[in-house]
Amino acid sequence: MNKKWVAYPYLVWMIIFIVIPSFLILFYAFTVRDEQGIRFTLDNFYKFCEPIYLSVLLKSLGLALFSTFVCLILGYPVAMILASKHFSKSATLSILFIIPMWMNFLLRTYSWLTLLEKNGIINSILSFFHLPKIDILYTDTAVVLGMVYNFLPFMILPIYTVLMKIDSKLVEAAQDLGGNSFTVFRRITLPLSIPGVMSGITMVFMPAVTTFVISKLLGGGQYTLIGNFIERQFIQLSDWNFGSAISMVMMILILISIGIMSKFDEDKGGGAALW
Amino acid sequence: MNESQPIILLKNICKKFGQTEVLNNLNLYVLKNEFVTLLGPSGCGKTTTLRIIGGFEKQDSGDIFFEGKKINDVPPYQRKVNTVFQKYALFPHMNVFENIAFGLKIKKMDKKEISKKVDEMLELVNLQGFHKRSVESLSGGQQQRVAIARALVNQPEVLLLDEPLGALDLKLRKEMQIELKNIHKRTGITFVYVTHDQEEALTMSDTIVVMNKGKIQQIGTPQMIYNEPKNAFVADFIGESNIIDGKMLKDYSVEFAGHVFECLDKGFEVNEDVDVVVRPEDIKLVSPEDGMITGIVKSVTFKGVHYEMLVEAKGITWTIHNTQMAEAGTTIGMSLNPNDIHIMKKTEKA
Repeated sequence: MNKKWVAYPYLVWMIIFIVIPSFLILFYAFTVRDEQGIRFTLDNFYKFCEPIYLSVLLKSLGLALFSTFVCLILGYPVAMILASKHFSKSATLSILFIIPMWMNFLLRTYSWLTLLEKNGIINSILSFFHLPKIDILYTDTAVVLGMVYNFLPFMILPIYTVLMKIDSKLVEAAQDLGGNSFTVFRRITLPLSIPGVMSGITMVFMPAVTTFVISKLLGGGQYTLIGNFIERQFIQLSDWNFGSAISMVMMILILISIGIMSKFDEDKGGGAALW
Repeated sequence: MNESQPIILLKNICKKFGQTEVLNNLNLYVLKNEFVTLLGPSGCGKTTTLRIIGGFEKQDSGDIFFEGKKINDVPPYQRKVNTVFQKYALFPHMNVFENIAFGLKIKKMDKKEISKKVDEMLELVNLQGFHKRSVESLSGGQQQRVAIARALVNQPEVLLLDEPLGALDLKLRKEMQIELKNIHKRTGITFVYVTHDQEEALTMSDTIVVMNKGKIQQIGTPQMIYNEPKNAFVADFIGESNIIDGKMLKDYSVEFAGHVFECLDKGFEVNEDVDVVVRPEDIKLVSPEDGMITGIVKSVTFKGVHYEMLVEAKGITWTIHNTQMAEAGTTIGMSLNPNDIHIMKKTEKA
């Protein structure tokens, strides 16, 4: 282990940019500055428990869960199609999913504005055909649309990877034993793909629940999800204490969801118990 | 069903993979209760033939019949055939019981019935009590037996086996060969077995189908294939052989290695060039004066069961198997019985 010194720069970096800020957040979350100076308190957390603030958290969770669900419903079939015999070229995969991901996240979200605006592209086409215009910008629908659009590849790719790894001989064996396509899917493919599904859910839910760019651009200035809320505390209201407290709550929630997900990942045999 | 009607009939089967012609007008039938082995080197088409019977590959042209009915378009899950795969293909997310019960559950069999049948199978393959074991925790031999049980429990008409013993060590392989043969006798199921191991084929089969480059070279009982190979390929592939250029002088008389031998074959043209096949164990060692051919021993190797000697005579290197040995460098005489000289038409070798 005489190469340990190579890790020291990274260690320093980690300490400066991860460990110390984490402790700062902890500090701010549990303290308050008022006329008497700085004192330790749980007031910041109590403040968050007010219904008006909790509703923001609930809305964020709800939208994130819904977007994750939509990504799953759309993504799994796509992953299956890609993994099937007809799409042996990974070039198709690259063009459809990976290249768009090279584009800037902000730009991709902005482009939805031009699509969804009152006189945007979609409405221009609709009015050309004398169809009623759609007015979904700055609503929940637009935000969900933005989330699904941005995070769908993160659902497709893990599922695709796992599906590709399934030994084709297992499918043949299931067919040999009398399984038609539906049976093979239900009893072999689906249970074996669960680790990929869990991966995908994690990779979509986490950015979805903490996003503030998508909600700001597609939801508008008044639209508040938990990400926007935290940003507002720091940038506009200079209430670092409250912002830190909420951030801590989010961190704990995410850690809990990772914990739940990883339980499914280890429990490979759980798939068989489904039937 | 007519007693003499084959249970499986393949007619003019052709199959190409890309540019390669893997099966070339294959015609084959399998009788009920038979143990048929498709034997040949890698790439000869034996596995493809098996997969076509199982329904995992579709032939480019030709027909396949099962009990007299054409099944060209019948998918694998509707064929009364079950397969034991080369690498077992056990379902990793199910335990031993669930793996074996898979086919029965699909048939919607009663739970008690399933439990009973799985128990019977585990008895048959000597894995009593292994119900709850996970697939990963099993040894190669055990996994193999689960794979066999999983196929047999469905009581198929035909069992297809794709080189199932390839991954096992020698001793286990020989044990499993005997077990499989016993299962075949007990259940009366038709076995179609694929292997490249000629010893395995000779041990287990009622009928051997020797294949090369997508064509059938010879079909026969193990004794026939071994003692009367039809061409140089079969002679070379089965057992060890000395294959020498010879000339058929007339019926029952052949000349090779500078000597005229009496033999039992006839029907060739006068002075026709032929391949002469002599098994190493059929060459008798005699004193140089008594020998039909004399030669010098080049090397001697102890093989346990016999000595293997390479002898040079008349420009040909002969392989001789004998329980007695002659030292390297000595001159010996070789003698052959007419019975042990096999004549065949000249064809391309393997």
